[in-house]
Amino acid sequence: MKLQSMIWKELWQRPTPMLTSLLAVTLGVTALVAIQNITVFSERKIAGDMESLGANVLVLPPSVTLQDYYSADMHGHTMPEEFVTRLALARMPGVENLAPKLCVEASVDTIPVTLTGILPRSEFQEKAAWQGLSMLTNAVGSDRGCCATKADVGVDDDPNSLATTRTIQELGERDLILGRDVAAQLGSGVGDTLTLFDEEFEVITVLPETGTIDDGRIFAHLHSVQDLSSAGPVVNVIEIMACCEDAAGGLITNLSAELPDTRIITIAQVVETQVAVNGLMSRLSWGFFSILLLVGGASIASVMYANVTERRKEIGTLMALGASRNFVTRMFLGKATLLGLAGGLGGFVVGSIVAAVLGPQLLGVEVQPMPMLLGVGMATATVVAVAASFLPARRAAGLDPCLVFNDA
Amino acid sequence: MYDLNSVTKTYVRRGHTVTALDDTNLEIPDNDFVAIIGPSGSGKTTLLSVLGGMLAPTSGNVFIDGESLYDLSIEERTALRSTKIGFVFQSFNLIPWLTACENVQIPLMLSGQSAERQRSRALEMLDRVGLADRTDHHPSELSQGQQQRVALARTLANDPQVILADEPTGNLDSETREQVMTYLNEFHRDGRTIIMVTHDAGTAAFAKRTIRLVSGVAKSIVSPEAA
Ligand SMILES: Nc1ncnc2c1ncn2[C@@H]1O[C@H](COP(=O)(O)OP(=O)(O)OP(=O)(O)O)[C@@H](O)[C@H]1O
Ligand SMILES: [Mg+2]
Repeated sequence: MKLQSMIWKELWQRPTPMLTSLLAVTLGVTALVAIQNITVFSERKIAGDMESLGANVLVLPPSVTLQDYYSADMHGHTMPEEFVTRLALARMPGVENLAPKLCVEASVDTIPVTLTGILPRSEFQEKAAWQGLSMLTNAVGSDRGCCATKADVGVDDDPNSLATTRTIQELGERDLILGRDVAAQLGSGVGDTLTLFDEEFEVITVLPETGTIDDGRIFAHLHSVQDLSSAGPVVNVIEIMACCEDAAGGLITNLSAELPDTRIITIAQVVETQVAVNGLMSRLSWGFFSILLLVGGASIASVMYANVTERRKEIGTLMALGASRNFVTRMFLGKATLLGLAGGLGGFVVGSIVAAVLGPQLLGVEVQPMPMLLGVGMATATVVAVAASFLPARRAAGLDPCLVFNDA
Repeated sequence: MYDLNSVTKTYVRRGHTVTALDDTNLEIPDNDFVAIIGPSGSGKTTLLSVLGGMLAPTSGNVFIDGESLYDLSIEERTALRSTKIGFVFQSFNLIPWLTACENVQIPLMLSGQSAERQRSRALEMLDRVGLADRTDHHPSELSQGQQQRVALARTLANDPQVILADEPTGNLDSETREQVMTYLNEFHRDGRTIIMVTHDAGTAAFAKRTIRLVSGVAKSIVSPEAA
């Protein structure tokens, strides 16, 4: 028999008060782990988005408030498609590509779907040729000193480029591109024919999974969508792939001057809001954590005091049998350590599960457990439990062994 | 074994001074078997606590094997209890959440013995008190007499030179009392010193001599065998 096994046996003798006193600590760790976990992955995702999305400026109808970058075209407000042409012709420095979109509700075999009209790059090139402008083959705007973005690189004919660069080179009048989820939902694949607005469309590709609401969409040519839904020549949003430096500099001013009746938002602004929300959440989680740890510490301390009082005779007996004060102290602090580790582990497990469930639901972020948080959770919970038990342990070690004779 | 030089112990509680031991002089040789009797409140338990190194006297000296017990540090006295002194209590004081075997292992664990040695020694001790078939029982599953025998096995585990017993038979019926006293007698014959507080004349008769405490003074020393 060792000290550890004694602690273990005693703990399971009457586990309820001890485990209950752990609740607040566990909750504290849970809150911290869940929020930090979601925050970290959401930040990673934002960073990933920033990198993979060339579109870093959004032109929106003026009345729109933007909640989520990916649903920038889901608000129902429209503006004339002519704005796209105006932007293309303005040849602003920094503008590398334009992606206008129009979203309408449609149905395939009575299954409701979101149909998104997009304009392939070839349209701009045609327009440019038609307007007699000297457009480069793969850029709408000027080529003046622009950084290479992925949007720039992905100018092959692969329709899958839509998933990563949000643009596509070619798209026929009756072609469809399916998001991964909607393809699964409809049970359709490449080469299938789908009926939308009583017209036959052919699926030319199914996009790889993006983890965004794009997975649930059907893409078709903008003009087909406009015609079939009788929306007229309008769009919901124009995504502009801009060169980073220019987007930060004069581009926004230029865009506002060119299109005064629109709302122009840089993705940096969108991301900033998200980053700010994340920062707030993160600080909040530390706040919750601290409060719950304080509460948890107090509750552990009180249960420990009760435990010492209840075990007076037992402690006296151990002392009479030769247990040193140090041994008695270690017995209680060891128990506190065990509780702290258990509370930290429990909090981490529950927090990670909460994050894994809530992450995708609240922020659309896939969340994986973070081992680092296990360390943080267990360490802090242990420190709190041990600190809270310090005085009770001292009281136990200071008990007068003579009480073994007198306490009934 | 023990030598007490004008040991006085006073308790001060709420302004009142209670003299539990009053200038007691006492010599207890090796392998003595002493019964301490006296009315309630006469200081018997106080004397036992002082002998056990758990209660420093207000004045006077306690020598154990020539060493001044209360000039040792608390840690040294604790270590001494672990190796030299064994206790037997009226209410047995077994740890309820440990089995009989584990209870006997406690002093062995405290003196740092290996797990195997702890277990084999504990089994040996339980066998000695006739409880080889009760080793994995918890105290609540044992009769009073069996519990006190487990406590005796625990006391014996570290082979102490002296056993201090505070009314070891106080909670037992006459038959089990007899049994426990037989074991204490055996331990005495093994060469140990036994100092036992008792209220009961029959129990005191097992001892070599009897010390009577009256108001903290070792008043009369009766020697039944000599008488
Ligand atoms: N911790 C204490 N604080 C104050 N007074 C005490 C304390 N312990 C004992 N006393 C007092 O000291 C005196 C001797 O007590 P002690 O317990 O030694 O008596 P005892 O002979 O063992 O009595 P009993 O036969 O009832 O067990 C008593 O008057 C008691 O009230
Ligand atoms: Mg007493």
